[in-house]
Amino acid sequence: MTAPVLEAEGLRKSWGGVAAVDGVSLSVHAGEMLALIGPNGAGKSTCFNMLNGQIRPEAGRVILLGRDVTGQAPRTVWRLGVGRTFQITATFGSMTVLDNVRMALLSHHRRLFSLWRPAALQYSAEALAALARVGLQEQADRPCAVLAYGDLKRLELAIALANEPRLLLMDEPTAGMAPAERAGLMALTARIAKQAGIAVLFTEHDMDVVFGHADRILVLDRGKLIAGGTPEAVRADARVREVYLGGGVH
Amino acid sequence: MDSLIVQALNGLASASSLFLVAAGLTVIFGVSRIVNFAHGSLYMLGAYLGWTLTAHGPLAQLGGFFGFWGGVLLAAAATGLIGAAIEFLLLRRIYRAPELFQLLATFAVVLIVQDLTLLIWGPQDLLGPRAPLLRGATQIFGLRFPRYELFLICVGPVMLALLWLLFHRTRFGILVRAATQDREMVAALGVDQRKLFTSVFALGSALAGLAGALQLPREAVNLHMDMAVIVEAFVIVVIGGLGSLGGAFLAALLIGELHAFGILIFPRITLVLAFLVMAAVLILRPHGLMGRKPSGLPPASIASPPLPGTPKWLAQAGLVALVLLLVLPPFLGDYTLSVMADMAMMVLFAASLHLIMGPGGMASFGHAAYFGAGAYGAALLAKHLMAPMEVGLIFAPFAAGIVGLVFGWFCVRLSGVYSAMLTLAFAQIAWSTAFQWVEFTGGDNGILGVWPSEWARGKLVFWYLSLALCGLGVVLLRRVLFAPFGMALRAQRDSPLRAEAIGIDTVRVRWVAFAIAAAAAGMAGALFAYGKGSVFPSFLGIPRSVDALVMVLLGGVQTVLGPLFGAVAYTGLQEQLSRVSDLWRLVLGFAILALVLFFPGGLAGALRAREERA
Amino acid sequence: MTDSAFSLRRRALLGGLAAGTVAHHLARPALAQGSGPIRIGEINSYTAQPAFLNPYRNGWILAQEQINAAGGVLGRPLETLSRDDAGKPEDAIRIAGELLNAEKVAFIAGGYLSNVGLALGDFALQNKVLYAAGEPLTDALVWSKGNRYTFRLRPSTYMQAAMLVEEAAKLPAKRWATVAPNYEYGQSAVRWFRELLKKAKPDVEFVGEQFPALGRIDAGATVQALERMRPDGIFNVTFGVDLTNFVRQGNTRGLFEDRAVASMLTGEPEYLEPMGEECPEGWIVTGYPRDTLDNPVHTAFREAYRKRFNEEPKCGSIVGYDLVLAIAAMLKKAGNTETEAMVDAFEGIRYPTAYGTGEVEFRKIDHQATLGCFVGRTKLNGRVGGMVDWRYADGANYLPADDVVRGWRPQG
Repeated sequence: MTAPVLEAEGLRKSWGGVAAVDGVSLSVHAGEMLALIGPNGAGKSTCFNMLNGQIRPEAGRVILLGRDVTGQAPRTVWRLGVGRTFQITATFGSMTVLDNVRMALLSHHRRLFSLWRPAALQYSAEALAALARVGLQEQADRPCAVLAYGDLKRLELAIALANEPRLLLMDEPTAGMAPAERAGLMALTARIAKQAGIAVLFTEHDMDVVFGHADRILVLDRGKLIAGGTPEAVRADARVREVYLGGGVH
Repeated sequence: MDSLIVQALNGLASASSLFLVAAGLTVIFGVSRIVNFAHGSLYMLGAYLGWTLTAHGPLAQLGGFFGFWGGVLLAAAATGLIGAAIEFLLLRRIYRAPELFQLLATFAVVLIVQDLTLLIWGPQDLLGPRAPLLRGATQIFGLRFPRYELFLICVGPVMLALLWLLFHRTRFGILVRAATQDREMVAALGVDQRKLFTSVFALGSALAGLAGALQLPREAVNLHMDMAVIVEAFVIVVIGGLGSLGGAFLAALLIGELHAFGILIFPRITLVLAFLVMAAVLILRPHGLMGRKPSGLPPASIASPPLPGTPKWLAQAGLVALVLLLVLPPFLGDYTLSVMADMAMMVLFAASLHLIMGPGGMASFGHAAYFGAGAYGAALLAKHLMAPMEVGLIFAPFAAGIVGLVFGWFCVRLSGVYSAMLTLAFAQIAWSTAFQWVEFTGGDNGILGVWPSEWARGKLVFWYLSLALCGLGVVLLRRVLFAPFGMALRAQRDSPLRAEAIGIDTVRVRWVAFAIAAAAAGMAGALFAYGKGSVFPSFLGIPRSVDALVMVLLGGVQTVLGPLFGAVAYTGLQEQLSRVSDLWRLVLGFAILALVLFFPGGLAGALRAREERA
Repeated sequence: MTDSAFSLRRRALLGGLAAGTVAHHLARPALAQGSGPIRIGEINSYTAQPAFLNPYRNGWILAQEQINAAGGVLGRPLETLSRDDAGKPEDAIRIAGELLNAEKVAFIAGGYLSNVGLALGDFALQNKVLYAAGEPLTDALVWSKGNRYTFRLRPSTYMQAAMLVEEAAKLPAKRWATVAPNYEYGQSAVRWFRELLKKAKPDVEFVGEQFPALGRIDAGATVQALERMRPDGIFNVTFGVDLTNFVRQGNTRGLFEDRAVASMLTGEPEYLEPMGEECPEGWIVTGYPRDTLDNPVHTAFREAYRKRFNEEPKCGSIVGYDLVLAIAAMLKKAGNTETEAMVDAFEGIRYPTAYGTGEVEFRKIDHQATLGCFVGRTKLNGRVGGMVDWRYADGANYLPADDVVRGWRPQG
């Protein structure tokens, strides 16, 4: 097996003396869909934000493509090939759909401080292609403020894919979407990941999504990994059942 | 040593007065998020009303104890009512307008109150009566200390305690605190927000009125009280942390003592001490001493529409206007030409502020600093190195840009009102340098003889020069706005989280935008200096910063043409009005109010709304 | 006449009978120069400093009405176009341009703040137009920045400081402290006072200084800081609301007891009256003893002023009135309204001041008028302060030697 795209070792972070994440280690490989699950408050988001650089871990290392990126700012991590989507979509409300993607392309090509040539003349074809990949090309010229929520999620995916990432970090990618749309988005993600050899790490509440699309699942409870493996193995794990049933969360 | 203790008591007395004003301001901001520029006016009204009630009303005939204290309390109550009326008649109608737009309305109130006060009470300073029972002095360490000041020292903590009780032990207070922390939640609880806002505004205004009336025995009531106190009050509120009463109290103590001891140690720089401290506090604690990171405070424009391309009719209209501006001037009088040149400079000045306020999403209360930096840059060069105009005009944008880089480095790290107040602090530091460092800057008397080169002396040539340079500046700013950099600027405003997640260094983008805006303002400032033949500290004073703010808001923050319309409308109105009437502030105030109420999207916004309807 | 825009506009025109003004206004194109009224452009900080400038404006109106009633100057009435600069020198320059280019005034006058005066002086030099300054005090206006086209009426900072030094030097006080607003006026007043007093009395010592920000004095703390210095004498330059607050705190805390105080301008009714009963006793001040100055000329002026405006004149009223008298004298001598002729006429012109103390001359050497002021002591009379033991200090006696002045006035 090739070297993992992302590797985390012994991550720890506590809030007000309580450990939110305690000694988490994981790795994701190219083309793999890895789900991180756990009940509310298990530390998924904290864990995620440490991988992406929004939070600096108290202990442990994050290694991206063999390079230590522990505590590096999100924008640095992005430049190294990490795309990100958010639980609540974050897009540029005052721009068109196309411009949202164009923005990411301009950043990727390091044109951010270019003051002269109109942005509208740059990377239009690439941006349209990226939209086409997620099926949004029809909406390219609409203000993104008027998009349906599902479309916003797909737009985020297009933005995240714009810099040809090696890793996608998706925090609750289907949260807020209608159940029917969820499978579609995840299938799309999985297809793109497989095609382009992108490693995907996602958290998710919807167990149908998780068990339907993940190649591998890690289970987090009270800051610690309690199980991991293929969907079948995790489904059969006694401790996982206890955590989910005992915690009263689906 | 003993006299140092007495000096500390002096500081405490000032702190108490400051706290009362700041408390009102911080409570109002906490709930309504309104940067209430008129708070100083309410303070002034409190003082004037107090003067009338204690010295001339029916209560005054009562005389003595009840006459005075009754008058003071009545003045506070009356000011509270005026505040409630302002909220009810004006602010209530524009809560939904973009943030800071309310600032424009309160600025209009400032103008109106200034002239009304002059009309009602006349121009002369009025000295109020001394307080009954507290007239004389008492011996402290062998020094005489006024009893009234001792009383004031007690007023501060007592008011803090009363307010604490109000906010923790009454339903009203609990609602106010809840609203301060999370507006939406209170709305969800089914509380009548309108009533809450009105009553909070009344409370804050009454506190300002009380503070004003309590000044009667120690200060003459005068027409400049409003501006003197509002800046100080903002400084305290910001140092303490917006919306935090305890913070305001601490900050008032800090500033009060700073003044008292500052004049012993640095008698010459008392004016800037408070601003230096504010800058230091904000750099170390971006949300003030006791402020919390605001939750749910929206950025300047959450739902601003995409930038429009230039519609054809507008491009044509612009072309016609440009042709007229080129062809007509030879037939116009010198005066008209110089007014038009001034307007061109103001358009560039407003456009430069618009870049950071609109697309950048940062408010600046101190943009005149860069206008002034350009003007002084050119003037100092002319004075000390005999540099001709051409050199000055090239140098000025760089000088202002560098000042922008230095000040901006700090300001862009903060957000919202904190950032705006830090820009104000730096502008005030720059202003007092120009005002008080007489040897270098000429102080108040300015630098004279900054006239254009021989070829540009004629008003017509100078107009074409101004049009060319300001036009170039505006076109460059517009170009920047539509370039990738402008997009990145809007991106970081729309969603800092997303921007950082796609590799945009948001702080750096804001910083560069700040410097570009500063350089453009500096260009306008240098032209202005050559147009007037001189520079003065007023070029970088608060009124000029406010002018810039008003022009941008009047034009509409989220439109590209806004600054153009705003600058032309505002300078034109001001120029016309000041020619025809001594009461121009009153008329201007009402004109701004009318614009605010009828065009909450600004002038250009109104134009665009019409177009979209059509 | 009832048109509101028109009546607003009329407000801006000072003097003349309303009907006359209107008639002249309508006939404007025909009266560029040579016939019709002589148009004067007047600029002042009316909205920023109304307390000082309303009396000034009244004095101006009174003089103009009297002159016009007597047939005007050169057979032509005077007409004044008055404008507000809002206290901003840059606005003053814009307005000066308007008056000159659009309204075709013969010359400009006015100015209250020093920086406005300097800005207008520089404007006058650049545009080769006469500027007659009334109120601005800064020495630079006639010395370091003085120029051919600028003339100034009121006794300058230097002159007033020199008058106070003369009195201060007679006192036994050796240890002096100073308090002054922190800007050019305050700083130069303190500088001159120190320099001249040291010269007059070499054993004096300056033990400390306070420079409160203009309009923002922290009076209690400032008084305490001065008290700490234990001076024998205090030189005060604060004025207006700073002065009132300073005096009230100083009175309560006993700062002025057994101490000599020399104070700039404090004897002017503008500053004495707002202090009311707080008026300190025995300060040495420069000012204007309006109520006890009973020579025939001044009494007539005071009566006429009361009759016309139903109030008492102030120091600014004298400045406004005198400036119009000086202008009229200058016009009479010049014989026309050509700038160079007016400038030549202004140099050395003499006119009788409304103080009734004789003639005042606009010096050829520096264009400074020799108008003086009164030096005396403050005293509380009933509910308001006044000046006692005063004498007229003729400005001519408080100016430096001619060669010194020449050295300070590079433009000649």
